[in-house]
Amino acid sequence: MTDFVLILVTGLGLGALYFLAASGLSIIYGLMGVLNFAHGAFMMAGSYAGFLTMGALPASLSVAARLAMAVLVALVVGAVIGFVVEVVLIRPLYRHHIQQVLVTVGLSLASVAAAQGIWGADPRTVEKPEWMASTTMLLGARLPNDRFLFIVVALAVFLGLQALLHYTRLGLIIRAGVENRTMVEALGINVHRTFTIVFALGGSAAALAGLLYSQYAGTVSPAQGGSLLIYAFIVVVIGGMGSLVGTAVAAVAVGLVQQLANFYAASGVGDLSVVLLLALVLLLRPTSMKGAHA
Amino acid sequence: MTDMTTALDRAAAPGGDGGSVLSVEDLHVRYGGSHVLQGVSFTVPASGVTALLGRNGVGKTTTLKAIIGLAPRTGRILLQDKEIQDEPTTRIIRGGIGYVPEDREVFGGLTVDENLRLVDPDRGVEAPIVGRLFPDLVARAKQRAGTLSGGQQQMVSLARVLLKDTSVLLIDEPTKGLAPKLVTEVADVLSEVARTTPILLVEQNLPLVRRIADTVVVLDAGQVVHCGGAAELVADPELTRELLGVSMRREGAA
Repeated sequence: MTDFVLILVTGLGLGALYFLAASGLSIIYGLMGVLNFAHGAFMMAGSYAGFLTMGALPASLSVAARLAMAVLVALVVGAVIGFVVEVVLIRPLYRHHIQQVLVTVGLSLASVAAAQGIWGADPRTVEKPEWMASTTMLLGARLPNDRFLFIVVALAVFLGLQALLHYTRLGLIIRAGVENRTMVEALGINVHRTFTIVFALGGSAAALAGLLYSQYAGTVSPAQGGSLLIYAFIVVVIGGMGSLVGTAVAAVAVGLVQQLANFYAASGVGDLSVVLLLALVLLLRPTSMKGAHA
Repeated sequence: MTDMTTALDRAAAPGGDGGSVLSVEDLHVRYGGSHVLQGVSFTVPASGVTALLGRNGVGKTTTLKAIIGLAPRTGRILLQDKEIQDEPTTRIIRGGIGYVPEDREVFGGLTVDENLRLVDPDRGVEAPIVGRLFPDLVARAKQRAGTLSGGQQQMVSLARVLLKDTSVLLIDEPTKGLAPKLVTEVADVLSEVARTTPILLVEQNLPLVRRIADTVVVLDAGQVVHCGGAAELVADPELTRELLGVSMRREGAA
């Protein structure tokens, strides 16, 4: 029972990270039809922005305070990168999907290479607040506290995005645009401005995911964003491109399946199980990739 | 202000003086190797309904899309004497064109009210014109548009463009697939709207055209082959058959 509780919370914590990584990707694809392969680069930027900020702040500040500052910096860095990428690289290529893929893949590869050149390819240890490195006893299981933080942050982001989508004009335009972008334009609404905002939001969410994932892994490395991106894509495909609720459900499912399979089958089977889950969903619900309402 | 009172005031002002509100000159559209529109030219008078007619596939829908920039085109398009052919769709619409597409294209996942608030963020279904012309939509304000019947979706699509200040409406087959009773309701709405705002109407339903249209433009193979009064066309069975390939029964009703 204690093992199950531990696996459950760890799976939920990992699912929370997957949701953070996938949410921006999902809305960007749903609204703009852009498969953003540079999303991993956004995550890497967030993790390094956090790592460098924590290192630059005076050691007299507590690790938790420096982490909080790092989160703010990562959010801003993610938003700025998302904004610049949309305006400079994506906007000229709307409706040119192959070129979009090439550009975002190229940006991803180039940014990883640049990070390796600047900070080296080896993982570097990140500082972790004492509370996050500690555990809490719950139902007989000793649970790492960072999982709770990931879950709370993901819940806050999910609720925040839901509020944005359902109670603001921007959200209304996003939901309409996910359904029929051309018709939104035909109503006289400048959907391109919305694209830029969504890309910036997606960049922020990705940067936050990258930073928190580095806390989960205990290290930061140039390749980290890429490996998280693979799970983000799987989550988005399972959840339905453009559906935030679907993304949340899929993220939790992927996190749980991965952890349960790793524990009850064998270490490493978790990744295989996730791919099998993806195949199963696509076989049973082949329209999954076509998207849903935001 | 976007209700009908405003539109009536505007119709009495400059622009409602009997000139043209929209002018299309030498419009060409090419999709890949297909030359869909081949030099289409016509004007839309500043009042009444102009019906754009023709057999299936002659380019009627493409003409409307080309006017608002949803189809790649060359040529000259003037909205109230201002060239708009180089403007993006958003700016053309904001400049005073309302577009009701074929097949309605309401946002099915959004409620009726949300569909309308996309255009009128402050009022949505609370706008006076909605209550007056589409009372059923007020009662269904919180219903998802995707769950509405075809006729109700058409009302949403029409209401959406009537909420904004427009100089001309482009309406594409508003009665397509509707039951006869609903066709009559749509015709009533169009007649009332046309009293204040000129309409360029793509329509296959000739009895409806006879009832509400003032002038007609007939396309064939991507070219204008006839312009004139609607009454003259529908009163001439030979001409109707020649241009549209259909017979027009005098007793037909919308």
